[in-house]
Amino acid sequence: MNWARARANQALFGVCSKKFLRADEKHAAAPYVTLTKLEAGPMTIGVSFQIDFLRFLSASGELDPATPREAIDPELLLGLYRAMTRTRAYDGKAIALQRTGKLGTFASALGQEAIGVGIGAAMRSEDVLAPSYRDHGAQLLRGMTMVENLVYWGGDERGSDYAVPRSDFPICVPVGTQVAHAAGAAYAFKLRNEKRVAVTILGDGGASTGDFYSALNMAAVWRVPLVVVINNNQWAISTPREMESATATLAQKAVAAGVEGRQVDGNDVIAMRHVAHAAIAKARDGGGPTLIEALSYRLGDHTTADDASRYRDVEVVRREAEKEPIARLRKYLAARGLWSEEQERRLAKDCAEEVERAVAAYLATPPQAFSAMFDHLFAQLPESMRDQYEEARRFAPEDGGHG
Amino acid sequence: MAELTLVEAVNRALAHALEHDPTVLLLGEDIGVNGGVFRATLGLQQRFGSARVLDTPLAEAAIAGVAVGMAAMGLKPVMEIQFSGFIYPALDQLINHASRLRNRTRGRLSCPMVLRAPNGGGIHAPEHHSESPEAMLAHTPGLRVVIPSSPARAYGLLLAAIRDPDPVVFLEPTRLYRLFKQEVIDDGESLPLDTCFVSREGRDVTLIAWGGMLHEALAAAETLASEGVDCEVIDIATLKPLDAETILRSVEKTGRCVIVQEAARTAGFGAEIAAVIVERGLYFLQAPVRRVTGYDVVMPLARLEGQYLPSVARIADAVRKTMEAA
Repeated sequence: MNWARARANQALFGVCSKKFLRADEKHAAAPYVTLTKLEAGPMTIGVSFQIDFLRFLSASGELDPATPREAIDPELLLGLYRAMTRTRAYDGKAIALQRTGKLGTFASALGQEAIGVGIGAAMRSEDVLAPSYRDHGAQLLRGMTMVENLVYWGGDERGSDYAVPRSDFPICVPVGTQVAHAAGAAYAFKLRNEKRVAVTILGDGGASTGDFYSALNMAAVWRVPLVVVINNNQWAISTPREMESATATLAQKAVAAGVEGRQVDGNDVIAMRHVAHAAIAKARDGGGPTLIEALSYRLGDHTTADDASRYRDVEVVRREAEKEPIARLRKYLAARGLWSEEQERRLAKDCAEEVERAVAAYLATPPQAFSAMFDHLFAQLPESMRDQYEEARRFAPEDGGHG
Repeated sequence: MAELTLVEAVNRALAHALEHDPTVLLLGEDIGVNGGVFRATLGLQQRFGSARVLDTPLAEAAIAGVAVGMAAMGLKPVMEIQFSGFIYPALDQLINHASRLRNRTRGRLSCPMVLRAPNGGGIHAPEHHSESPEAMLAHTPGLRVVIPSSPARAYGLLLAAIRDPDPVVFLEPTRLYRLFKQEVIDDGESLPLDTCFVSREGRDVTLIAWGGMLHEALAAAETLASEGVDCEVIDIATLKPLDAETILRSVEKTGRCVIVQEAARTAGFGAEIAAVIVERGLYFLQAPVRRVTGYDVVMPLARLEGQYLPSVARIADAVRKTMEAA
């Protein structure tokens, strides 16, 4: 496999590795760097780079014959399939809850399940995830419960007090700021000689932020065990990918930080997990950070507060939906004899039941007392805030309140 | 015991923390070989290694962001922002993350970090180097804001800030870095946070200040003493959370109060102190509370900064007016 590298002493500069480009990857299809030749004579330019694009499983469910065997182990693939299906079942129910007034704003991951699941499956429990708000696919695999995620989106801080991934960061809303947290966590692991890796996920819009670049740059200088994954779902609310960045790929932003950058089909969970696993293994072995751009498509609205029909063509969305990750893996598994309609029915039923149990537990969660606003502000509430605490107590509803 | 400047006292406190707590590390621009632009970290990288005294790329937001990540994973990062005007890029991380990580996770993760930065004017520094942003930081729930006013208080309060389990912004008055020396016992003893100090006892009027302005207030108190006005001077030290009790006790005794603040007037921290006095000590007052502050103007460049900063003359004038009232 030809990983992206900056190669010194070559005459070319900033050209994508064309053999990996596919006509359907519109953002990567055209040459994108025009060099203005200032003087006659040979140019001597120090660095060139290429960005590889990896896909094992096509949109129609055909596997590339060069796919490594360990990437298609049946147990692994069935696990990935179940996790994606579970994520989608949860996602759909969360939207339905919001529509019926039982949940606050929710950010759907519809169509991008392979990214979170691929990452989550590639991480070890002792690793740390710094997620954005669309990464419940990864978080559910990390051990965050559906109830916790519902409690969070339902407007209750207890939803970020994960019982299982105790060291994972909570969902990060200010776009791009979480990359620095993961870089700092990775520095802590390196300082203590711990074989742990920090993984963070952001979107294509997040890749436009200075926070993303400066954190990646810092992590690269310090060579810390960090993996940064861009979920390029083509939309930052209403802003399309090409209005976010003039670069042909987002992965090449790694070049400017001095780290390896690669593109992967984020709707191919086999390639997604494989690439994430390789980057995490490299980080764990002291190889430093990697930037992965996972190409996908946001099939849903930005959040439940958004109406994407205002700014994009439903026909395009329909075409993109044909490449979604779950159906393509199902086709492949069925063709290999690993998946039957009966198994599909059972999985759907199991997922629906699990989601219903989670919803029931969420809806039965008693509200926090007034004191919850104060309890975790500091390790110990300063004495000077006592009067504010008492005021809140005095006006707290007797039943604890429901927001 | 040694006579130290304020910046030397900061250096001793950092060295003590690094030596006695393996989770403490320093990060910032030019803090390693160079020892920081004010030399606050002089010699510390040599002594404790480049993994714990860490030169960073030039990106304040990322410095604050990685400090949040380090703190969440059990380290105690002490970050240096080179000049007060460069805190602003780090505000996003301070306000959106450092100050609320504990609350957001119900205590599962926390952020025991310190942000150190020089603060205030008076050294004829270039543009953006003389800011006093403490009020906007004190306005942020979940942050502690501490400003020392002497070498001994810098030493003891910085150790307390580093040991505190929550984020602390520690603003060091640039003007005091080398203004005078004071005996500082380098014994690792901290001073209490969330506490105001009575720097001078008096019975006629309470003068309240913090950081660099404490010295103008003390000098004004000396001037006024020769006129027969006996000033009590309070060093706020920890702006947030504010020790209102010490302030109110003093105002109850004197019945008069002048607040001195280097930052621009409107919505400055002096306004909060005045509000606390009005809310809880109005009936102690024999005269209106007065403020002597920077003007609501852009911090001027070096040639006018002396006219911007509250001076002994302005403070003494305000005290005289306060004494004349009622």
